[in-house]
Amino acid sequence: MVATAGRLTPEAEATLSMLDVSVWHGTESGEFRHYQVPRRDSQTVLDVVTYIQRHLDHTLSYRFACRVGMCGSCAMTVNGVARWTCRTHVDQVTGDGRLEIAPLAHLPVVRDLVTDMRPFFDKWARAKGRFEGSSNRHDPVARVQPDTPQRRAVDAAIECIGCGVCYASCDVVGWQPDYLGPAALNRAWTLVNDVRDVSRLERLRAVAAEGGCLSCHTHTSCSERCPKSIAPTAGISGLKRACAQAALRGEL
Amino acid sequence: MTSARRNTLFWLAQRASAAVLALCLLVHLAVIIYAVRGGLTAAEILGRTRGNVPLAAFYGLFVVAVSIHAPLGLRAILSEWTLWRGRSQTWAMAVLAVLLFGLGMRAVWAVVR
Amino acid sequence: MSPIGSHGYRARHHPAYWAFLVHRISGLALTLFLPLHFLVLGQALRGEVALDGLLRWSQNPLLKVAETLLVTAAAAHLAGGLRLLLLEGFAWRGPRKDLAALAAGVSLAVALLFALAVL
Repeated sequence: MVATAGRLTPEAEATLSMLDVSVWHGTESGEFRHYQVPRRDSQTVLDVVTYIQRHLDHTLSYRFACRVGMCGSCAMTVNGVARWTCRTHVDQVTGDGRLEIAPLAHLPVVRDLVTDMRPFFDKWARAKGRFEGSSNRHDPVARVQPDTPQRRAVDAAIECIGCGVCYASCDVVGWQPDYLGPAALNRAWTLVNDVRDVSRLERLRAVAAEGGCLSCHTHTSCSERCPKSIAPTAGISGLKRACAQAALRGEL
Repeated sequence: MTSARRNTLFWLAQRASAAVLALCLLVHLAVIIYAVRGGLTAAEILGRTRGNVPLAAFYGLFVVAVSIHAPLGLRAILSEWTLWRGRSQTWAMAVLAVLLFGLGMRAVWAVVR
Repeated sequence: MSPIGSHGYRARHHPAYWAFLVHRISGLALTLFLPLHFLVLGQALRGEVALDGLLRWSQNPLLKVAETLLVTAAAAHLAGGLRLLLLEGFAWRGPRKDLAALAAGVSLAVALLFALAVL
């Protein structure tokens, strides 16, 4: 029944239903190319992309790594919505057998489904999303109470793996190119609440600058779409409050 | 002033004026719904507003709050949905603020004097 | 052809996004209406008769509908604004979509009250 690796015989294919898949080709300018992909049980969108690249179009470029929902590399726009393709069953996103697969929004397109993640991480740096401590290896290990409101706030936001789905889902990122975006601000929030970090004020100044947390309009698309159920909206609101307090105290 | 401080103060001004407007608008809507029943004439309006100092103070506050709130809101819309940005946009918003304040205070005066 | 541009609407089918849209559009409508409102009231400077002239003009049913829409906009903007003040001002657990629903419900109620009063 199986002819070449993974490829079904024409007879077998004829008995299966087929998916109508449109895949973006090119950079920012390009086109959607159309393929017919055999539909299978428990098939994920990543399976579909892989099938196309292996059997139908070897030139297709796409990114993936773990393919089990841990690394976030396979994030793409599926039928207009940013998702992890390895964790998106085809049945979840298509009723009529049609799939449209495009690269993540709001990022430069390297080629086909691959985006340049540098602007995303540059903004992370601009938001001062980097821990700065004051102790060294000779100091005792820091003791952080897990049940304080601050640590709970950090814990709720710390699992971010930088997949870019929230960034791609955020309309303000699309409308205001210098907006830092939900992921960078979420990371800044975890550090603002980290009792070991020593650069809180500098970080607040970074996130209150042009294109910072104050540009968020609470669409909550980021929180809706985050595959790790993080709510950047909550962290960004927290940053707004923290900035307001600092400003009123004359610290900003 | 750093941009961080300025942006935060704008944000605070927007929220503070919003809170004031929430109260004013709540009262205003209640009054309007009550007053428009059976039609509304100038005599009815002016009968209540003429010489009414507390009313003047209330609507004066209303006008100040809206003159801060509306331009800041419009600024966000213009910056995100149009290509208009920068100095000229800021000046236009300041003009709008003055316009709303001027016309608003004139209206308050018109019905209270 | 841009890969994403025209397809963004599919990602926006959620209540908080509609709440934002209603809030923005209503705010814009109110900002455009306000100078007109002030000018009409300012007619009282020319005396009762001048103001009455304008008020009688507003008895026109089309204008009553417009007024109802404006009051709806005001109520929606007010309710949505209160929702935002709460969401931004306090640390909530979860997205509190109930607040969006509440805001929508309250504005609708206010709009109906006004419509009943004026029509």
